[in-house]
Amino acid sequence: MTTAAELLAGIPELAGAEPVTRVTIPARLEYTYSPGSAQARFLTALPEKRLLAERCPQCTRVYVPPRGACPTCGIATPEQVELPHTGTVTTFCIVNIAAKGLDVEVPYCYAYVLLDGAHVGLHARIGETPYADVRIGQRVEAVWDDRRLGPSLASISHFRPTGEPDADPESYRRWM
Amino acid sequence: MSSPAPSAPRTGGRDVAVVAFAQSNHTRHTDQLSEVELVMPVLHDVLKQTGLTANRIGFTCSGSSDYLAGRAFSFTMALDGVGAWPPISESHVEMDGAWALYEAWVKLRTGEADTALVYSYGKSSPGSVRDVLTRQLDPYTLAPLWPDSIALAALQARALIDAGLTDERRLARTAVRSRRAATANPHAQLRGSADVEDLLRRPYEVEPLRRHDCPPISDGAAAVVLAAGDAARALHANPAWIRGVDHRIEAHQPGVRDLTDSPSTRLAATAAGAFDAPFDAAELHAPFTAQEVVLRRALDLDDRVRVNPSGGPLAANPVMAAGLIRLGEAAALIHRGEAGRVLAHATSGPCLQQNLVAVLENTGGGTR
Repeated sequence: MTTAAELLAGIPELAGAEPVTRVTIPARLEYTYSPGSAQARFLTALPEKRLLAERCPQCTRVYVPPRGACPTCGIATPEQVELPHTGTVTTFCIVNIAAKGLDVEVPYCYAYVLLDGAHVGLHARIGETPYADVRIGQRVEAVWDDRRLGPSLASISHFRPTGEPDADPESYRRWM
Repeated sequence: MSSPAPSAPRTGGRDVAVVAFAQSNHTRHTDQLSEVELVMPVLHDVLKQTGLTANRIGFTCSGSSDYLAGRAFSFTMALDGVGAWPPISESHVEMDGAWALYEAWVKLRTGEADTALVYSYGKSSPGSVRDVLTRQLDPYTLAPLWPDSIALAALQARALIDAGLTDERRLARTAVRSRRAATANPHAQLRGSADVEDLLRRPYEVEPLRRHDCPPISDGAAAVVLAAGDAARALHANPAWIRGVDHRIEAHQPGVRDLTDSPSTRLAATAAGAFDAPFDAAELHAPFTAQEVVLRRALDLDDRVRVNPSGGPLAANPVMAAGLIRLGEAAALIHRGEAGRVLAHATSGPCLQQNLVAVLENTGGGTR
């Protein structure tokens, strides 16, 4: 590879000049993000501790959070479905490295929770249980954070085991 | 793309036509809609016109910009509106949808697909599009100065006025003509205009440009369906055949260009066969009034050619879709039997940096 010094050597006017190897050019753009109709309905229901999903009229899949369209069928999902606060762990991991800016102590358990009646997993943390006990098929319920209720999924602190027997794998196998 | 000498006709490949076109009603804000909620009704409209469903389309290609959305991979969310399951053959360009159409045209010409869905969208409302567009400039010497899109267009307008090629009054006439033409276009954002005298009494936005010389800031989406040969004849009684299409680019640094001229447009037009016969109409992607002067000169368009009967980008300018809309509006003139040969032009970058020219006709008979 040609070095910066070698490049400069070929330009007589720059003979002996210090090569510019780095410039810092700050740039900042601000955006006001709009979540759209479907996500707005979902977000505004969270302070009321309600989980609003949407059902595809064609394939009948239930999406949470809803995005207003069924990605499988490519059609609008106008039917609102209120989901219970219980579900099943379909996959999980234990995070041991603290993410920059995230106010959560490590290690923590990050999981997909398939809410009862939904066909996509909700991103969530699992708590109030030893992480070694967390498993696929485990039944869990939402624990709301009354201090942080607002139009954000931070309204849910975490999910904790309900103590029920594990879910039948057939009930979630297709939605992992 | 590599290309033969501009005057040599291209051989081989199949005839490709635009068989459907749809667009949103363009507006300043669409706060209530996510990208997919904006795009999906347009996709449904264009597919319904052909009777096709997404899984019967051979190739899908879209154009959009993460810089407008302010989010990485924003186009993947819009794809939810297509219904991409079972997995479809799909591509995306971080460019105006006119270039997505170009990719789809190549795909159909090679015979890899018989039909293509092309769509694009842009929501300028979440950010300041004037500032966002500075990020496409040279990052070391130009972008740090934040020369916004109107300032750069004003430099070009000043160069044209100084060269004696236009004046503020003629530019105002272009604005009036465009926005009054848009009164017949239900999708346009600005329909109708005050008189030239009124406009010239208003203050400058960036001298010599007044507000009427600049495009509106728009949110919007557009889509077309392309089809090859017999598939096109089956899908539309009057397919808009793409007789030629080419795109060329100027130097990246505006300072090294003659801003009063557009050799890239002329080269693309030559390769697309634009100079072989006169046009009934032209849809030009000139977001600023003065840019129409540059394009008319490069394309040898005189006053007999109807320019931007839709109102053009001065009436609605959803960034990343406005170029595709020119192709769609040109095709729609042929679909409706209102024109036999139409030129469509799309641009990208500051001061008409990159230009695409397509020639659409109501009869097949060979692609250049």
